[in-house]
Amino acid sequence: MDLIIDGIVQAFWLVVRGDPDVMRVIYLSLLVSGSATLISLFIGVPLGTLMALSRFRGRGFTLSLVNTGMGMPPVVVGLVVSILLWRSGPLGLLHIMYTPAAMVVAQVIIASPIVTGISMAAIAQLDPRLRMQMLGLGASRWQMLWVLFQEARLPLLTALMAGFGGVISEVGAVMMVGGNIKGQTRVLTTATVLETGRGEFGIAIALGIILLLLAYLVNLTLTHLQQQGRPQQ
Amino acid sequence: MSAMFEVRDLRVLYGGHPVVEIPRLTIEEEEVLAIIGPNGSGKSTLLRVLALLEKPAEGQVCFKGQPINYKRSLLPYRRRLALVMQHPILRNTSTFENAATGLRFRHLPEREVKRRVSNWLNKLGIAHLDKRNAHTLSGGESQRACLARALSLEPDLLLLDEPFAALDEPSRVSLIDDLQNILNEVSVTTVFVTHDRSEALIFGKKVAVMMGGRIQQLGTPEEVFSKPSNEAVAAFVGADNIISGLVSKAQNGLVSVDAHEREIVAIGSYAVGERLVLCIRPEDVVIEPYSSAAPITSARNKLKGRVVRCTPLGPQYRVVLDCDFPLVSLISKQSFQELSLVERAEVIASFKASGVHIIGKRV
Repeated sequence: MDLIIDGIVQAFWLVVRGDPDVMRVIYLSLLVSGSATLISLFIGVPLGTLMALSRFRGRGFTLSLVNTGMGMPPVVVGLVVSILLWRSGPLGLLHIMYTPAAMVVAQVIIASPIVTGISMAAIAQLDPRLRMQMLGLGASRWQMLWVLFQEARLPLLTALMAGFGGVISEVGAVMMVGGNIKGQTRVLTTATVLETGRGEFGIAIALGIILLLLAYLVNLTLTHLQQQGRPQQ
Repeated sequence: MSAMFEVRDLRVLYGGHPVVEIPRLTIEEEEVLAIIGPNGSGKSTLLRVLALLEKPAEGQVCFKGQPINYKRSLLPYRRRLALVMQHPILRNTSTFENAATGLRFRHLPEREVKRRVSNWLNKLGIAHLDKRNAHTLSGGESQRACLARALSLEPDLLLLDEPFAALDEPSRVSLIDDLQNILNEVSVTTVFVTHDRSEALIFGKKVAVMMGGRIQQLGTPEEVFSKPSNEAVAAFVGADNIISGLVSKAQNGLVSVDAHEREIVAIGSYAVGERLVLCIRPEDVVIEPYSSAAPITSARNKLKGRVVRCTPLGPQYRVVLDCDFPLVSLISKQSFQELSLVERAEVIASFKASGVHIIGKRV
């Protein structure tokens, strides 16, 4: 019990004092997972919309890929990205292995299927007559899509939250492609793993609590937006 | 009057089967065309073609004399139309923003949007609901919002797809009344799809009966309802007598309507000079011999006429009379034999004032 209380006290002081190491870890976690989620939105929302609205060749195959991807083990993603980015690998020329960029790549691969799948469901649950009605009022194709996004804004926010939640808490892939280098690629999850392994339970608990709090705050903000989310034209 | 819309040799196919086949149909400017037909007759498909939301397999659609090129963007044309669907499809936002949707698509200045939307919300009696979320509106209020949304576009062509079919009776009646007044006031070219005969009579200056993807008959409501062109049309529109005329007298809840130089008395309160459409069910028209000394019925309306045609219809006879206008009566086989009706025989047709159904007023 002391262990937990010590951990909580330690976490409190780490945050209050603004411990530079901890701050850097928090900052990098947010930066990597935030950018990965943002990029996933740009990939997943259009792809999900396309899959919800049209019947194209290879749709079934894409759908099975997305569904598999939604439950893809992060370690596998870490492995594949490692092989690709390895110095002698096909994308070794980029020299981004063990950098935050590699971590973003891995997290994009993890988050995109989640965002795609939920976006697809979000758009597919809209009344199909909405599209016809908007076109019948003189909407261009883009204006019609914009209305669809607005109408599906709540489930689309869910896609965003699920994508972010999936990557901020992920450890396997970032560990493998980032390397958990102090000050460079160390994030909250990898730091927690490291400190636990070293028997530094106090700091591990502190990091774990900060991670929880962070995930909670981000979701609280988004849920708040969702609740009062009245559309703006 | 010139053609606003014209379709030629139109064919729409679903799975290789034609669902709409129309050699020619024109919609004149400021005309209200009612398309009636049973479910699955292709009338909504035709409406979607007119709304440029569906590309026909064959044929040409002309807008103000210009053929539509489906290879080019249809947006400039679509921006001149407005569609109201059977089910009110509203966005999850305020009633005002919903009514403003089409104007926003057209990037109208804010002041103009406000002016038009307020005006139409007001005309449709829902101005007080402008800030309410549209998803909390009742069925009637929702459809009013949809009409405001369409009318605020001041479209060249208003397309209505069974706009009252999803409403409960009181909302339907009051909305029909309001829309009638509105269409009289703004005289916008309108195509109105319905399976309800009375709606077609109320709104249609012309009525097209559609069955099996083809237009079976096109004419004034009186023509279509009194002289169906074939049995299928007759079976669908019913065989009511439709007579139009002007109110010549009105007192004590009774109106006298001057129709084809004859006077018909009906129950209702309307002003002298108003044009009414009267509907009399054939089974309510009783035939008496012309010579009969004492009246058999106490019916208020007694019209002298001649028998034009008698057709047996199972246990009944359908008798067409000429009373300066065609009047159809449905009598039992027994009465038919007792009256010993023959063609050109002079008879008295009588029906009660309460048997005259006033369908709608049109200015």
